[in-house]
Amino acid sequence: MEFNLKIWRQKNAKVKGHFETYHIAGIEEDASFLEMLDILNEQLIREGCDPVAVERGCQSSGPVSFDHDCREGICGACGLYIDGRAHGPDDHVTTCQLFMRHFKDGATITVEPWRSAGFPVIKDLVVDRTAFDKILQAGGFISVRTGAAQDANNILIPHDRAEESMDAAACVGCGACVATCKNGSAMLFVAARVSSLALLPQGRPEAHRRAKAMVAKMDELGFGNCTNTRACEMECPKGINISHIARLNREFLKAKFSD
Amino acid sequence: MSDKLNSKIPAGPLENKWTRRKSEIRLVSPNNKRKLEIIVVGTGLGGASAAAALGELGYNVKIFCISDSPRRAHSIAAQGGINAAKNYQNDNDSVYRLFYDTIKGGDYRSREANVYRLAEVSSAIIDQCVAQGIPFAREYGGYLANRSFGGVQVSRTFYARGQTGQQLLLGAYASLNKEIANGSVKSYPRHEMLDLVLVNGQAKGIIARNLVTGGLERFGAHAVVIATGGYGNAYFLSTNAMNSNGSAAMQCYRKGAFFGNPCFAQIHPTCIPVHGDQQCKLTLMSESLRNDGRIWVPKKLEDVEKLRKHEIKASQIPEEDRDYYLERRYPAFGNLVPRDVASRAAKERCDAGFGVNETGKAVYLDFADAIKRLGHQRVAERYGNLFEMYEKITASSPWKEPMMIYPAIHYTMGGIWVDYDLQTTVPGLYAIGEANFSDHGGNRLGASALMQGLADGYFILPVTIGDYLSNKFAEPKTDVNSPEFDAAEKAVQVRIDRLFSIKGKQTVDSIHKRLGIIMWDNVGMARDEAGLKKAIEEIKALKKEFYADVNVPGSQYEFNQELEKALRLEDFFDIGELMARDALNRSESCGGHFRVESQTEEGEAKRDDANFMYVSAWEYKGEDVEPELHKEPLKYEFIEVKTRNYKD
Repeated sequence: MEFNLKIWRQKNAKVKGHFETYHIAGIEEDASFLEMLDILNEQLIREGCDPVAVERGCQSSGPVSFDHDCREGICGACGLYIDGRAHGPDDHVTTCQLFMRHFKDGATITVEPWRSAGFPVIKDLVVDRTAFDKILQAGGFISVRTGAAQDANNILIPHDRAEESMDAAACVGCGACVATCKNGSAMLFVAARVSSLALLPQGRPEAHRRAKAMVAKMDELGFGNCTNTRACEMECPKGINISHIARLNREFLKAKFSD
Repeated sequence: MSDKLNSKIPAGPLENKWTRRKSEIRLVSPNNKRKLEIIVVGTGLGGASAAAALGELGYNVKIFCISDSPRRAHSIAAQGGINAAKNYQNDNDSVYRLFYDTIKGGDYRSREANVYRLAEVSSAIIDQCVAQGIPFAREYGGYLANRSFGGVQVSRTFYARGQTGQQLLLGAYASLNKEIANGSVKSYPRHEMLDLVLVNGQAKGIIARNLVTGGLERFGAHAVVIATGGYGNAYFLSTNAMNSNGSAAMQCYRKGAFFGNPCFAQIHPTCIPVHGDQQCKLTLMSESLRNDGRIWVPKKLEDVEKLRKHEIKASQIPEEDRDYYLERRYPAFGNLVPRDVASRAAKERCDAGFGVNETGKAVYLDFADAIKRLGHQRVAERYGNLFEMYEKITASSPWKEPMMIYPAIHYTMGGIWVDYDLQTTVPGLYAIGEANFSDHGGNRLGASALMQGLADGYFILPVTIGDYLSNKFAEPKTDVNSPEFDAAEKAVQVRIDRLFSIKGKQTVDSIHKRLGIIMWDNVGMARDEAGLKKAIEEIKALKKEFYADVNVPGSQYEFNQELEKALRLEDFFDIGELMARDALNRSESCGGHFRVESQTEEGEAKRDDANFMYVSAWEYKGEDVEPELHKEPLKYEFIEVKTRNYKD
């Protein structure tokens, strides 16, 4: 297969970015999208393109930077905006689980980083998602000291409730929900954590404090509000649904009323 | 035996050793803990849990990871589960049995005392994880559910769908976040350790590269903990994450930490087969699938031919024409034999011409019987996400046709040598989790990596490190402007400058791929003397070629992934060579290490206890100088050493 790739290039956070277009051929349809980018990078390096060469008038900025790691959809590191969709034109996948068989041979594919006030660009397709860490540091935990726990089977959790908690806990923290939201809201991300813990008896003692603290931190870090467009649910690679946002709202309101 | 190689195993009965050691360990009072600084490198299960537990104790912790967030560490990808000797199933499990299974599974190449301690603390891990809010699978009564894993005959594996590693890591990461919020831990994401700094022979800090700015930074502490995982990516194609690397371990090795059993690498039997040469990563299908999946190849070569030509489908081959070779060869354990045994059996069938895909390197893992027996819903609950993952990658549905699988490099049992306290041969330097060599011997059992990472991080290291630190609180903070830090940073700078100066024609990945082929062909599932000798020479030659002809584009002071890869590949050359050297020395077959020269008439691995019942610990002697082998004899005082038997 062959493609024209229109890729966002940006040297660092301080300078403006631009699109560059590359042609790539000889791609197997069983290759993954990120393997295709690996092949492109090999090609660009072999052609002698690099950020230093571009200062001498080279037409390409060299190998494209993008975050990736496990390449099996669980670490949450990868995240590209492909042809206008977070993680590209397949449902319930991360970018690394997207395969070239989903594209038409000869197509032009547009590749951009997540674009959100909460996620500044570091380079090319790499963004800074430390805001997510900060939100979780605000309260996304249960305050248990190591070694203080009782026997695990002393806490009974009905099967279905544990499963529902697990549905929310499946969040990989990729940021697709933010990238796809017209408001740049991180509500699905926050809700996944709040809801997963709120469903469990261990999470109840801190449930109110957690909901308030995490929402406050999200607002502080420049993420927008939720207007229930459900775009996040559509693009979440783990299929986390917005019923968890409803639970977050309930927890948040309960917390506010008990103030 | 080198006098540095003192395993410090406490005397006394097996079940009292850990209690005894804990009672001997000197304590550090709370007001003195505040004066002490600890560096933890790596944020997987070992590193995150250790940093959280150390922070709770009141130490000042700095934690480093190469990703954008601690949550990305590769522990996140562990699928199947975590073992613990809870005996919740009333199936006669016990601490002793978990200990015994682990020692036996490791083919009698790990320490009794370490493994017993691991089994002993396993229960507390599950308690801790449930308290953190990890949504483990539950039965309808609300109690915790279990499943089985390879190499055992009880159900002791706790799990959260096929995402157990993710859930455990998010638990440890949550505890870490709690301590970051609390101010006791400071997190440095997108920082890569590039050297260990010694002052008066003690570990006192690291040089790290800020991966965003590209600048080198110095960090000092009273002790350094390495939790950077394994080195399976020496093979290029493995189930490890793309950024997983062995560089921190090699930096420690070059600074005097001995390297234990480097040749022990685990080849996992159930991975999605390689599909051509554009691939950069192999995907694991969880071992838990072997609970209900049946592994087979056709009995008739003509069926194999038709399968390869796509003239028939697997489901069309009648029952009597299928060879369920694990059930045939190992009736007592069937499809749940340990990983090394299952991998070799797959290779044996494929080498005999029965591989079921075009490359001849695949066998079937079939769920048709399980779906019939359990129904769609229960199979979906257990394995739904794995089936989905498989279908996304291969475009074939395991609900309709069996999965195709083949062995791939997955885990490294070898690692930095540590004593019972998890301290390396460098004072003040500790290694935990997959980064150390300690608990799995020649082969790790499924669902035991998570157990070991968390045992080390939550319950062992936070106790043992106190013994070393108990007389360090009076020492001033480490001065990062000392000549030792100057020298270490300068050496790193020289390395980086050298890479940029080469300006050759070949890319880092293309050379790494070639290293991978040398490793897989000669230091893979079957190893022999000639191949290993050849591998050592080829690796040396390839390294030379790398320094003559690699092209590292861009510059240091920017986000530069090619530079990151080049620095890691430098270390993979040395790891690969060390693995080959160790494999050459160990002329027995043992666990995942199979020497062609040492096998029984039936083709089973043949151990040589008379000559090889030891841990090999390699000491670095300088660039291009042969390392020195030290031997730590393994003594079995409490169990009888037997030939592993999974047949009856």
